[in-house]
Amino acid sequence: MSFAFYLIAGVTLAGGLAAVLLKNTVHCALALTVAFAGQALLFLELDAQFAGFAQILVYIGAVAILVVFAILLTKGSETPKGSVYSRHSLMGLVIAAGVFAVLGWAVLKSVPAVPRGTGETPAVTVLQIGNALMSRYVLPLEIVALLLTAALIGAVIIAMHEKEGAK
Amino acid sequence: MTPLAGFLLVAALLFSIGLAGALTRRNAILVLIGIELMLNAANLNLIAFWRYGPHPEALTGMMFAIFSIAVAAAEAAVGLGLVIHLHRHAHTTDLDAMNRMRG
Amino acid sequence: MQEAIPFTPQLAASPITGLLWLIPALPIVASGVIALLSQPRRKSSATLAIGSLGFSLLLSLVAFGHVLAGWTRNVAVRETVNFTWIQVGTVHVDLGWVLDPLSAVMLVMVALVGLLIFIYSIGYMEHDENFTRFFCFLSLFAGAMLGVVIANSLLLLFMCWELVGLTSYLLIGFWYQKPAAAAAAKKAFLVTRIGDIFFLLGIVWLFAQTGTLLFYNGGAGSMEAGALAGLLAQPAALGLTAAGAIGLLIFCGAAGKSGQLPLHVWLPDAMEGPTPVSALIHAATMVAAGVYLIARVYPLMQAGALTGGTTTALTVVTWVGASTAVFAALIAVAQNDIKRILAYSTISQLGYMMAGLGMGGVAVGIFHLITHGFFKALLFLGAGSVIHGCHEEQDVRRMGGLRADMPLTFATYAVGMLALCGFPIFFSGFWSKDGILEAAQHWSVAKTPFYLLVFGALLTAFYMTRQVKYVFLGYWRGGKPAHESPAVMTLPLVILALSAMALGVIGTPAWPWFRGFIEGRAVGFDWHGFAEPGLLMLMGTSTVVVFLGLGLGWRLYGGQAPKPEEPDVLEQAAPLPWGWLRDRLYVDDLYRVTVIAFYEWWARVAEWLDRRVWGGVVAGVAWAFRGWAQFNRFLDNNWVDGGFDKGCEELATGGGLLSRVQTGRVQTYLRILALAVAALAAILIWSSRA
Repeated sequence: MSFAFYLIAGVTLAGGLAAVLLKNTVHCALALTVAFAGQALLFLELDAQFAGFAQILVYIGAVAILVVFAILLTKGSETPKGSVYSRHSLMGLVIAAGVFAVLGWAVLKSVPAVPRGTGETPAVTVLQIGNALMSRYVLPLEIVALLLTAALIGAVIIAMHEKEGAK
Repeated sequence: MTPLAGFLLVAALLFSIGLAGALTRRNAILVLIGIELMLNAANLNLIAFWRYGPHPEALTGMMFAIFSIAVAAAEAAVGLGLVIHLHRHAHTTDLDAMNRMRG
Repeated sequence: MQEAIPFTPQLAASPITGLLWLIPALPIVASGVIALLSQPRRKSSATLAIGSLGFSLLLSLVAFGHVLAGWTRNVAVRETVNFTWIQVGTVHVDLGWVLDPLSAVMLVMVALVGLLIFIYSIGYMEHDENFTRFFCFLSLFAGAMLGVVIANSLLLLFMCWELVGLTSYLLIGFWYQKPAAAAAAKKAFLVTRIGDIFFLLGIVWLFAQTGTLLFYNGGAGSMEAGALAGLLAQPAALGLTAAGAIGLLIFCGAAGKSGQLPLHVWLPDAMEGPTPVSALIHAATMVAAGVYLIARVYPLMQAGALTGGTTTALTVVTWVGASTAVFAALIAVAQNDIKRILAYSTISQLGYMMAGLGMGGVAVGIFHLITHGFFKALLFLGAGSVIHGCHEEQDVRRMGGLRADMPLTFATYAVGMLALCGFPIFFSGFWSKDGILEAAQHWSVAKTPFYLLVFGALLTAFYMTRQVKYVFLGYWRGGKPAHESPAVMTLPLVILALSAMALGVIGTPAWPWFRGFIEGRAVGFDWHGFAEPGLLMLMGTSTVVVFLGLGLGWRLYGGQAPKPEEPDVLEQAAPLPWGWLRDRLYVDDLYRVTVIAFYEWWARVAEWLDRRVWGGVVAGVAWAFRGWAQFNRFLDNNWVDGGFDKGCEELATGGGLLSRVQTGRVQTYLRILALAVAALAAILIWSSRA
């Protein structure tokens, strides 16, 4: 566990914390972007370069922008008056802590069920990914394409202004 | 602690943070932000297991994560579209105010 | 009286004995038929009654002739017909009838006197609207009385005894609209009932002891030697044997029916009934039933007596009889109602009969019963004629001078009166009463009854003279003038008067035919019968006594005839004793204060018990039921309904509570989801630990 790992992990977690704790919604969206970036670096740390760059492209480049747009369109840019937490939010916190407890306990106390790998760095090229996508994973690829199309159209329809009188 | 365990813990922590945000914040968009964080944590898990698993040359984990990213993007688009639509009707994104389905 | 040879008894039943049951059955059947007739059919009812009794008289005469024929042939007749009525295992109760001299003479007397009174009643009850009912009851009575006479079983006798009591009740209360008559009937029934209770005890005891209630049963009857020996061997309380005790118990029943001293109170009140009833029932026959009963059970009463001696039972009978005789005679002196004087006279004469039975035996007592039956019936019928002629007036102080207006009645009444007083020689009463006095004179126990009876004879003459003076002599003190009665009423009077005179013949010491007939000896006519020591002395004494009484009465009441408002001569002389006598020596008042008062108190107690205790129990049960019902209703309302309602309420509340989970807010659902997934994961991880 190198120092780099701790740094990047800390940044990611800090970004995530900020995303859920900040009052101003726009600040939250920006912190989320930081979290995404940290995540991409973690991918790079794990020698999954393609996933890392895909993360940057998709998450930071699309999802975060989308979130900001949504915030602006729903007039969430002002700092809200009153509490930003919902009713009985402590309960939610406790539940989340419970989930973490379970996951952490599972991670720390478990024994690997399958033999561990050698830990060598895998050599993954974009060519291999492309080949896999077109051969073994062609069906999921097509379905994802379909899904994206549907989501695109759906999102447009849902967010569209309705015509007057057509209620 | 093995490297794998470290990554898994980070993922778990990120997941919990995202869950806490989804469960406690009043604004609907922040719930979606929490969901994105959770998805990210899951991706991290996948990649970590791929990297420290037995057969990294099979690319299974990587593929899984890539598809997960794609689906997450689609889901974010639709979700945010819903929030906008909801805001147009209720003139607010406060989730506490949206209880017309209460029994 | 000359000694005679005892007869040989003959027990085989002759044809007449086989038909003897018809004698009581015919009048009873006639009564039943008359009961079905409607009121206006007077002629039919009278014809039925008189016809049936006439036929019974004929049969009685045939039976009497049969017994007489046997007697002339020196055969003592005693024929019985017995049959088993109830049989339970080895125990059986028999009924039957007997024909012997005693029952034969009684049959003839009852039937003859009854028939004459029936004929008299046609005239007496002519104006009464309940003519038919009268003859129905009268016929029933005649049948029952004849049943008493021929009964060979104490049980059959008791049944007919009760029937006689019933008809007496019905006839005393014949005019039941009169409160006095209804009360008198009730009194008669209740007082005789008291006697009958003891009678019944005696019957039961006798049956338990001897196993049979038949009198004569070929050696096995209760009046025969074997049973009597058994009874004598059995000791009872107070030094008596069972025989004596049973005898006394039976005497209690006779005392009630025959009006002996403590139970005499019903007889004077019974005069509320029509006069033929008084004549038949309360003079000649029913009251004589008690005397007849004692005569029937005489072997029992006499059991254990040494020759010439007597038993406790007979001693008691004598004393009761003697005291009754004097007691009633005293009261009769101060009475003013014509029938009440005769009623007390009857009680007195019944006392004589009982004393005669006790001291002298069956023949002595029964002879007086027979003669008394005739002349007392005569006197009552005469009194009825007087009442009828004086337009229903009964107070002697409002009569008088009827000798001129009702000569035939006067003549026959005078005969009866002289017979009752015991006027010498020509009147039967003299001979029968003398027989009793003679027995009293020779009684071994004490001489007091003799003196009492002599004093009673004096009183009898005195009060009868007073009555005759008031009613027939002097001048008329009443309202409308009196008239003689029709022939249908006076003819029986004449017949009875002749009998009252003639019957004396059969009982004289010179020819004691009656005694011989009853006791089963042969007798012949013998003037030397008068030569018995002391007999002529006794006859003289009684003659003197009679004349003394007649003279006293004539002196005191002859000549003047006081107004009804003026007090009596004797009353002026001795007002206090007169008051006691007029108020009947307070026996009725004593009963009223003690027995009646106790009865009323007891009735109140019983009513209180019924109302409070039993009523309380019933009310308590009802209240408990109501309480239970209320309790159930409470349970139902509060627990069942309440529980049910509460349950439903709880369900609704629970449902309400549960539905609060559905807040409608997304984050709530998310939280629950997360919780569930975490729990599931934990479980799965936990269960898959190595």
